[in-house]
Amino acid sequence: MTDYAWPHRHLLTLEALSAEDLRFALQTARGLEAVSTRSIKKAPALRGRVVANLFFEDSTRTSMSFQLAAQRLSADVLSFSGKGSSVSKGETLVDTARTIEAMGVDVMVCRHHHAGAAHKLAAAVDCCVINAGDGQHEHPTQGLLDLYTIAKRLGRLETFDLTGLTVAIVGDIAHSRVARSDLIGLQKLGAHVILVGPTTLLPAAFRDLGCEIAHDLDAVLPRVDVINMLRVQFERIASLAFPSTREYTAFYGLTPARLARCKPDVVVMHPGPMNRGLEIDAAVADGPHSAILQQVSHGLAVRMAVLFLVTTTPPGTPSGTAPESVSGAPSGRVSAES
Amino acid sequence: MRTLADASEVQPTIDRLAGWVTSLIQDRSASDWAVVGIRSRGEVIAQRVARAAGLAQIGVLDITLYRDDLADAASQPTVRTTEIDFPLDGLDVVLIDDVLMTGRSVRAALDSLMDLGRPRRVWLAVLVDRGPDARELPIAADFAGLVHPGPGRVAVRLTPTDPHDAVLVEPDDADAPGAPA
Repeated sequence: MTDYAWPHRHLLTLEALSAEDLRFALQTARGLEAVSTRSIKKAPALRGRVVANLFFEDSTRTSMSFQLAAQRLSADVLSFSGKGSSVSKGETLVDTARTIEAMGVDVMVCRHHHAGAAHKLAAAVDCCVINAGDGQHEHPTQGLLDLYTIAKRLGRLETFDLTGLTVAIVGDIAHSRVARSDLIGLQKLGAHVILVGPTTLLPAAFRDLGCEIAHDLDAVLPRVDVINMLRVQFERIASLAFPSTREYTAFYGLTPARLARCKPDVVVMHPGPMNRGLEIDAAVADGPHSAILQQVSHGLAVRMAVLFLVTTTPPGTPSGTAPESVSGAPSGRVSAES
Repeated sequence: MRTLADASEVQPTIDRLAGWVTSLIQDRSASDWAVVGIRSRGEVIAQRVARAAGLAQIGVLDITLYRDDLADAASQPTVRTTEIDFPLDGLDVVLIDDVLMTGRSVRAALDSLMDLGRPRRVWLAVLVDRGPDARELPIAADFAGLVHPGPGRVAVRLTPTDPHDAVLVEPDDADAPGAPA
């Protein structure tokens, strides 16, 4: 028995978590993964609690994953899709949240196109807040599920210590909250991270985060244990960042030929949804190295863990995630703001 | 703190428990039986009992998700894995815990078992029974190694989790809230 207690009423960023917090969350996910494989896929831990999904931005897998995670723990789930509400965004967010909270909500899961939205929510409401992606800032549960997938595929489930592993995150780094959460989580657990992409999608400022930067994918492939292919986010790219999709694929697409240059047991990941044939070849996405569907099922376990942890933190625990301002993001983070 | 049973007394008590299981399983073939220990000390007892009784189907149950005090737990509950890699349907299951006190852990364990399958029958064996006055639910053990109805908090120590086997009684004021007994 340890005296460790998860010290966070909210999960807003992986940046705010210690390595010990990360490992405790991942160990908890390990205990919860089996709930989804047994005859009755439900446990009563959150019976009588209400989880509200507030999605102000399109999402299929994340909102469904949170919904099912809450239901697997026997919580009641409210779903709110705020797409299209454009008037006075900040106030609308808080007003919406306070209205929903007044119905008696215990946890709010928030996806929003503005960085810092979940922090703003956490400051405005009394219930627990989980960030399900805020602008180009962070996507902490995606980061956790990627860590879990890497640990499981590479035999690190006992310790969740990723020391000695090299992970490449490839593609549209600039627009990716997944890249930020992955990078932060991987570094805290001891992995070496190489960010790979064209200069237009990988600003030099990322070097300040203490990772390796590369523009030549072929040169790094033989060194990596994990290769995480990011989606090219057409909807977030203001101007064309590369001359053509064909040229992007030629330099950064993960093809069978490129896979053959990697270590024999390399793990291929993608946060989805995929642009098949653009950043990843269909044969690679569906091949034996791919962990893409495992990522989805691990997402369920990780979100169950986070829901469980934020709701069972002992009362009086300092929140540990005081709604500070969003810190240190490289350029382009709030470029979507208009 | 005083010692209710020292290392020379704990193993014979577990042997008696194993003997009880051995006599129990005569009615059906060994493959119709399973031993399931409640984390964490129940797991150790279950392993020793299964070895002595020659039973191959051993499981570990983590009851955290089924606790009835999650909403107001004073300390952080830790979820660990449940490891039962065989179907429970139709089996006779011997559920094993270190201490039976309020009965709340056993209630949680029974609910958890039912979500994992449909055993033919569940038996309950414990190393220490705190007696009927400590009970908060109508639950009784089919086998109890020791009975200690008096005051204090019973702590079971077992190798290899602990350095030595022992059953200790700690004063009540040393009670750590949170874990249901």
